[in-house]
Amino acid sequence: MIRPFVTIAVFIALWWAVTAFTAIPPFMLPTPQAVAEALWGQAGYLAANAWVTFCEIMLGLFAGTLLGGLAALGIAASRTLQRWLWPILVLSQAIPVFALAPLLVLWLGFGIGSKVSMAVLVIFFPVTANFLDGLRRTEPGLLDLARTMNASRLNLLLHLRLPAALPAFASGLRIAAAIAPIGAVLGEWVGASSGLGFVMINANARIQTALMFAALVILAAMTIGLYMAVDAALRRLLRWAPGG
Amino acid sequence: MVPPGIELRGLGLRYAGAAVFSGLHLTLTAGEFFVLLGPSGAGKTSLLRIIAGLEPPDEGLVAASDGAPLAGRVSYMAQQDLLLPWASALNNVMLGATLRGQLRDAARAAALLEEVGLTHRAHARPAELSGGERQRVALARTLYEDRPVVLMDEPFSSLDAITRVRMQDLAARLLAGRTVLLITHDPFEACRLGHGFTILSGSPARLAAPTRLPGLPPRAPDEDGILHLQGELLRQLAQGGA
Repeated sequence: MIRPFVTIAVFIALWWAVTAFTAIPPFMLPTPQAVAEALWGQAGYLAANAWVTFCEIMLGLFAGTLLGGLAALGIAASRTLQRWLWPILVLSQAIPVFALAPLLVLWLGFGIGSKVSMAVLVIFFPVTANFLDGLRRTEPGLLDLARTMNASRLNLLLHLRLPAALPAFASGLRIAAAIAPIGAVLGEWVGASSGLGFVMINANARIQTALMFAALVILAAMTIGLYMAVDAALRRLLRWAPGG
Repeated sequence: MVPPGIELRGLGLRYAGAAVFSGLHLTLTAGEFFVLLGPSGAGKTSLLRIIAGLEPPDEGLVAASDGAPLAGRVSYMAQQDLLLPWASALNNVMLGATLRGQLRDAARAAALLEEVGLTHRAHARPAELSGGERQRVALARTLYEDRPVVLMDEPFSSLDAITRVRMQDLAARLLAGRTVLLITHDPFEACRLGHGFTILSGSPARLAAPTRLPGLPPRAPDEDGILHLQGELLRQLAQGGA
């Protein structure tokens, strides 16, 4: 439990050493103290914007997980959906999400909608792909057993393939929790009037590098916290899964 | 529930162009415990899967002695216990009802768990159970299906010797009156449980003429003649495998 703190302490010490013993100007790399001061001095401003980003991430995570889960279930349940939808999903990954951000802002505006959509776009595929992988890898022995029991297709999916795929779904959800902030912040960079991404772009333009770093620290802490919370919840829920 | 006998008529199976077995004929008497032995790779599991309706044969057919189709009258117990890791022992026993969308009969499932001596473990998940306990849950799940024909593919092979003897007694008692086909590697198991046995061996594999075992199963492990029978069977297996 102590290791992460040691890692962070060493990292901050190295950072401080670089600022103290090299000639890098503060507008390129502010000192840890300056970032701490920015965090403290602008706490209210940062908290308000962090809350906006947090809401975008949570909404995106919720909607993306729901949509991704439903897509995977649909593809697993229907051959037609598998033939039509899956190739489109794979192809959609060839389009960089970066390139879509300006479009989404144009279509959905400067508000929260475009950011939530970006987060959904970023996490949809990992959630779907992992869950679908799990749904397709049901232990063949179990499928045989179910066949001798005259299982109906729907019950087989709901009572056997779905629960058996939950550990795989959980892997997708962990990835989603880690990358959903990327989508939200990306949306904010392109066009927003609030949020941590907005704070960064704004501070960058005014060469308030310490404030930019402060926003970055909050974003990182938020992402790590979210990942750990999701991971802990999944471990609790899937206690039956080996290694889960 | 009157169990049907089972007839294999000229069953054949090919794999990657080569015949695994062909022209298999066998009659399983209704209500008897019949044992199938043979070296690994002879196609015993494939034969069982064909009888269970899980894969089609390349030639021949499987018929029930009463002329009605076998589908829906066979339950299958595999080498692995195949318990759902997320479900309690009780819910595992009722898996068939869940998968068919039927009302689940918890009282009957509990009674079956009692039969296999696991009342106190009804709410435990498979990970909390020992290997023997898991196989007993699997046996209760098989019994919950209440099918007249039961096919078993080495269900006790991964258990230690003492647990295995207990499972054999339990299976013999609880499956009595059904038409059972059991695959095993273990001549001792065959001699304890079978009304008769046959050996599947060779390439392509053929069935030896079925042998009737004297007396009635389950034979006690220390019963006179068991050791002799076992030795004879071992000799036959060794010759067939050579």
